[in-house]
Amino acid sequence: MLSKKQARALFLGGTVVTFLIFIGLTVFSLSKAQDQTNREDITESVVRGKLIWEKNNCMGCHSIFGEGAYYAPELTKVVERRGEPLIKAILMSESPWNPKGRKMVAYGMTEEEANDVIAFFKWAGNVDLNGFERIVSPLAKERLSNQN
Amino acid sequence: MKYKTQKIAYYFWALSILLLVLQITYGFIMGFARIGMEGLHEIIPFNTARATHTNLLVVWLLSGFMGAAYYIIPEEAQRDLVKPKLAFLQLISLALVGVTAIVGYHLNWWEGRKFLEIPRPLDWLVVVNVLLFLGLILVTLFTGKRKTTTALVLSMGLFFAALLYLPGMIQFDSQTMDSFFRWWVVHLWVEGVWELIMGGILSFLLIKLTGVDREVIEKWLYVIVGLTFLSGILGTGHHYYYIGVNKIWLIIGGIFSMLEPLAFMAMALFAVNMYRKGEKNHPNKIALYWTLGAAIISFIGAGLLGMAHTLPQVNLYTHGTLVTAMHGHLAFWGAYGMIVLAIMSYALPNLTGRKRYDTSGSRLAYWLSNIGMLGMTLAFGVAGVAQVYLERRYGMDFMDVQNEIKVHFAVLIILATLFATGITFYVIEFFKYGLPNDEALDMNLD
Ligand code: HEM
Ligand code: HEM
Ligand SMILES: [Fe+2]
Repeated sequence: MLSKKQARALFLGGTVVTFLIFIGLTVFSLSKAQDQTNREDITESVVRGKLIWEKNNCMGCHSIFGEGAYYAPELTKVVERRGEPLIKAILMSESPWNPKGRKMVAYGMTEEEANDVIAFFKWAGNVDLNGFERIVSPLAKERLSNQN
Repeated sequence: MKYKTQKIAYYFWALSILLLVLQITYGFIMGFARIGMEGLHEIIPFNTARATHTNLLVVWLLSGFMGAAYYIIPEEAQRDLVKPKLAFLQLISLALVGVTAIVGYHLNWWEGRKFLEIPRPLDWLVVVNVLLFLGLILVTLFTGKRKTTTALVLSMGLFFAALLYLPGMIQFDSQTMDSFFRWWVVHLWVEGVWELIMGGILSFLLIKLTGVDREVIEKWLYVIVGLTFLSGILGTGHHYYYIGVNKIWLIIGGIFSMLEPLAFMAMALFAVNMYRKGEKNHPNKIALYWTLGAAIISFIGAGLLGMAHTLPQVNLYTHGTLVTAMHGHLAFWGAYGMIVLAIMSYALPNLTGRKRYDTSGSRLAYWLSNIGMLGMTLAFGVAGVAQVYLERRYGMDFMDVQNEIKVHFAVLIILATLFATGITFYVIEFFKYGLPNDEALDMNLD
């Protein structure tokens, strides 16, 4: 049977080896050649949009790339689904948007702020998510047209 | 207790208990919001309730772990804690940072990054606080008479948990990068270093409660934490499937995260076997219940329910749905909630000298909270599976689906009430023990 010493060697050895592989894979998958996010498209407006997204904890109700909360819709590809004017109206509204009986916080954003958030959504909508972008609900237009 | 300074543990646990009660309150706020009762929307919108709920969870668990370390390390190292006054300072600062963060969430002061909502300026205070904690624990350990495997594994877990907090503080312009490194904190905590903390506490409890030889128990501890890292580090890949990084993670993450349940299975088998082998008939039965319960429920919640959606083919449809919430609840409860409640149940009689081992209140606490939580898991699960089919497979609109599954949240609230009743019994039992005192010195049954 395994001795305590061997058990410790398994622990230390396994940890070091898998950790090194993990670092290697991290470097590889974040390298420029493997980019799936169109890094060059991250404009200042996109960055400002991301900051607004964080400052208001939008992720506390919604999700993006499938991450966040489950109270409100996934927002990857939301611009394609809902269109810019509607999203802008929701973000700039002074009273809570209340679709089908569930309230969103009324942010009353300025037009510039709303534009930045939309720029962030547009960038996110173009990221290659290994197929998740086609699953995310409500269905992306793309998938609807494929089915019909 | 054996050393006077172990009493500090009590105060960390009292804070822990308080935050647990608050956490549950915010859980109810969300539960009611989900069945259309959004009366608090103007003051506590859903995102505030959620950030508060999950952050209170993390802080009560951390405070529980810290209490466990202040209790276990002196006993294992066979010396009093160095500088106990500083430990109190650390407790107070922890409470202050926690309260500031929670109040901030109600005033729109946060950084919306799931689980890491604490704003960066406060992060630095967390870092200082944790450094102080680690300093006290490590100096005590390394100037002590013994350095046991149990103490080393526990301290290593705490040390790496602190280190892994740092990647979460880096600022990125890309959502993909943000998410990538957020998992270095969230995943590598719960499916990595926190398992070391859990393993250390579990091993301490089994040594005390079953009387099985330390050498045997600690050998298995190494096997368990070995399995944890072997699978858990590369298992991080199960969060990289669909965030905009290379497809290689679908293979790596899929294979290694499928192996992660092994560590939890080993933990469950280990605990049950040590219990069977043990000849000691320790009178603190309820502590034994919590200990075995933690090992078993964590295998179900983290191991089995984690495995259920960890393959990329499945996760493609379940990613970011209530299926995740189902797993999150039972995993956190079984692995970390229950182990913290186990060490408290074990230590309270020793700290206070009151041998209230097997009261009906403590048994009600155990059974009601566990049955309640299993029921809640089921309710989340049914809602989640329905959501996956209606929304992701058949393409129904998000809000139409939410209205379809509302009824499961009514069920959830009923079961959450059962759970909360159990916790209420636990809290009453906790405070019935009274304060820790020096008369309890050397009254341990061990
Ligand atoms: C005690 C250990 C564990 C805890 C506390 C835990 C908790 C959680 C939580 C809270 C989330 C949601 C995270 C977020 O979206 O930010 C999550 C996600 C996930 N967990 Fe675990 N987990 C544990 C162990 C495991 C294990 C062992 C597995 C696999 C076998 C697993 C598989 C997953 C998967 C695949 C997701 C992603 C779900 C999604 O795509 O939405 N977990 N876990
Ligand atoms: C009265 C009891 C509770 C109720 C009613 C409740 C309800 C909820 C709700 C509604 C959510 C949000 C899901 C969403 O985004 O829509 C949530 C999130 C969460 N709760 Fe609870 N909860 C309770 C107790 C607990 C306990 C005791 C724990 C841990 C031991 C816990 C851990 C979590 C976690 C980890 C999340 C985040 C899950 C994820 O993002 O996947 N909750 N809870
Ligand atoms: Fe994970």
